[in-house]
Amino acid sequence: MAIRPSKWSFSVENFQTPADSVIPLDLTKIIAFDAVREREHGSSAACEATFRKWAGTALLLSHEKNRDLIPNNRKGLVGMKHTVKVILGAAALGMAASAASAATLDDVKAKGFVQCGVNTALAGFSAPNDKGEWTGFDVDLCRAVAAAIFGDPTKVKFTPTNAKERFTALQSGEIDLLSRNTTWTLSRDTSLGFNFAGVNYYDGQGFMINAKKLPGVNSALQLSGASICVQTGTTTELNLADYFKANNLEYNPVVFEKLEEVNAAYDSGRCDAYTTDQSGLYSIRLTLAAPDDHVVLPEIISKEPLGPAVRQGDDQWMDIVKWTLYAMVLAEEAGITQANVEEMKNSPNPDIKRILGQEADSKLGTDLGLSNDWVVNIIKGVGNYGESFERNIGQGSPLKIARGLNALWTKGGLQYAMPIR
Amino acid sequence: MASQDVAGRADSSLASYFNDPKIRGIVYQVLLFVALVFFIYWVVGNTVENLRRSNISSGFAFLNGRSGFDISQSLISFSSDSRYSRALVVGLLNTLLVAGVGIVTASIIGFIVGIGRLSRNWLIRKLCMVYVEVFRNIPPLLVIFFWYFGVISVLPAPRDSIALGIPLGFETSYGFYGLDYFLSFGSYLNNRGFFLPKTMWGEGAWLIAAAIVVAIAMVWFVARKARQRQEATGQQFPVFWTSVALIIGLPLLAFALAGFPLTLEFPTASTFNLVGGFQVKPEFLALYLALSFYTAAFIAEIVRAGILGVNKGQTEASYALGLRSGQALRLVIIPQAMRIIIPPLTSQYLNLTKNSSLAIAIGYPDLVAIGGTILNQTGQSIEIVAIWMVVYLGLSLATSAFMNWFNAKMALVER
Repeated sequence: MAIRPSKWSFSVENFQTPADSVIPLDLTKIIAFDAVREREHGSSAACEATFRKWAGTALLLSHEKNRDLIPNNRKGLVGMKHTVKVILGAAALGMAASAASAATLDDVKAKGFVQCGVNTALAGFSAPNDKGEWTGFDVDLCRAVAAAIFGDPTKVKFTPTNAKERFTALQSGEIDLLSRNTTWTLSRDTSLGFNFAGVNYYDGQGFMINAKKLPGVNSALQLSGASICVQTGTTTELNLADYFKANNLEYNPVVFEKLEEVNAAYDSGRCDAYTTDQSGLYSIRLTLAAPDDHVVLPEIISKEPLGPAVRQGDDQWMDIVKWTLYAMVLAEEAGITQANVEEMKNSPNPDIKRILGQEADSKLGTDLGLSNDWVVNIIKGVGNYGESFERNIGQGSPLKIARGLNALWTKGGLQYAMPIR
Repeated sequence: MASQDVAGRADSSLASYFNDPKIRGIVYQVLLFVALVFFIYWVVGNTVENLRRSNISSGFAFLNGRSGFDISQSLISFSSDSRYSRALVVGLLNTLLVAGVGIVTASIIGFIVGIGRLSRNWLIRKLCMVYVEVFRNIPPLLVIFFWYFGVISVLPAPRDSIALGIPLGFETSYGFYGLDYFLSFGSYLNNRGFFLPKTMWGEGAWLIAAAIVVAIAMVWFVARKARQRQEATGQQFPVFWTSVALIIGLPLLAFALAGFPLTLEFPTASTFNLVGGFQVKPEFLALYLALSFYTAAFIAEIVRAGILGVNKGQTEASYALGLRSGQALRLVIIPQAMRIIIPPLTSQYLNLTKNSSLAIAIGYPDLVAIGGTILNQTGQSIEIVAIWMVVYLGLSLATSAFMNWFNAKMALVER
């Protein structure tokens, strides 16, 4: 259990950082866009793509195989309301002859690509680049799964989803995999019918205030009576209610559905404080009119383990996604990188040989339903966990997020993969 | 041969059943009905089976769960410990509140602007026309954004609140002129909303409520008597001014008799917001103003069309009878125009109610916004969408039923 020395842990019971605790990974320096994970971009392209597909699903009374027929057209239908999509999704759920096909792998192989649900536009995690290609930390996981199955990281199609649509999209069979900064919680694991295949990013919720307007406020416990901006339908909203209740404080929630609206309301002074994942607060701060006026308060009030989700009832598919993530972490542990993976294949180290499927008569890959060089394909395709992290959200990116909690367990972080053997 | 004849007749009678359009029609309708029932059965069965196979919980049992979130504005008590079902009721009441006050305000503005468009005054006529054309041609969502982000958001922060009142003097760089006194209403306007003093009724306040009831009863009685007298003798009685006197005077008298049992709680500044008093949230304010002003533009056009729909001869006839223009409008034109106005007015009321679901864009906790939150927290999309549909259908049908009744009452009664 003791992966981390206890001095690093923050007390979960009272949801506060003990005053004397030292957090060497200084979460306040992490700059990420997790909060933006709940973003509803309102992208008309995304809207249309999903609309067409769901409508198609409903109209065709789609069997899984019919889904290839539905055009993946991304032309805009401006101003479509998200509710429409939710309703269509619900309809699709009712009409689809087989919402949760047991053999996702067979379907994926038959259609020739993985359909992956990602965030609409969340720099660093999932956003299209200037060439229109999806890039990001969460996108890399989708690509890694495609590489593991097909040996080709480009055999993946992306469905941009907002906070509200993401679950329906996965439930209805619209996507094979949801890799969209989604917090792993019990109810999502059970009543929504999902399984989480691991945690690819550890985060926690915090508060941001305008220090210029509110001098003297340096703790979330001083926020009694404040108006607090929060995005609806998130775990953030629930943690907020729990935190203020537990501390016997009053507050006034100001909730919006879209992230842009929360940002605008906070920036205009509608709220005294903004709450979301702490790393996200730093990224949002950069988008405000006067970033230097705003400070993030030290309290971390929740745990936000973000990870990929799949439908229940398909253990093989769950295993593939889970072990793809593990393989990336293990590769970093073993020092296998995109650059050296070919020469590592000849390594005398039995661990590396086993991971890369170079052991004689290895059955590890085939037992998973993949080829034996699946890890080689993943690393060639997207690199190891550390490489993906640094390239998308770490030092190699404009975000410059420190590894922090997401460092390997051997380096004081929480990323710990089960052994491939 | 006889037996053959009988058989032939039986054949033709069977065939004639099939050829009978009436019977054939019934057969087709029965077939269609059976097919429809089977289709619904199939969809429902399929849904239940799919949900079960996907391990997604279904049914309405989740409504009894603890909500876990807070709601900024609620007409009934609500906390994160309340159930999901109560959250939905809060949302429904918020929808009804904004739709109710919106309908009243939109009707008032709409009637004024509609009549204004027919004014003889060029400026009033053109101003009303500009208003109608502007608001009628902008999508309601943009009108909501205009009020929320364009008007209320740019108001000052709480500590710089605009105090509403009458300054009994003015300050210039040379000094202060007039009385150094600000006649405050105890009301403030800032980007957190509109803050008013809250009325706290003390002991004996029931006397005032009773006085209002008595006043209304007396007004009804006076109006009836006056009508009877006018019909019998032709003499008029100033019903309007009597009514005003009764409705204002009686409660005031009761108020004095009970020893002025009223205290006002004024909003006061605290660390973050103004506290105390009566607060109107900016989300409600923006949605209410937007829906009222948007729908009023349509109502204005309906009112104008209704008035223009009354034959010009009616106006001329009223003048010929010696009615003044106000009387002609009130006694002759409007009653006839109402028959044209009410049916399209109903659909504007329905539109306003349904447009209130755009509240989600600015975070007003209406039924759709709260339902969406619950949907996202529980994942029970089918149930929530069903609840939305049933509630809006119910609201619309209820509004229609009321307006149809009202229409029937206003319709031309032929004697």
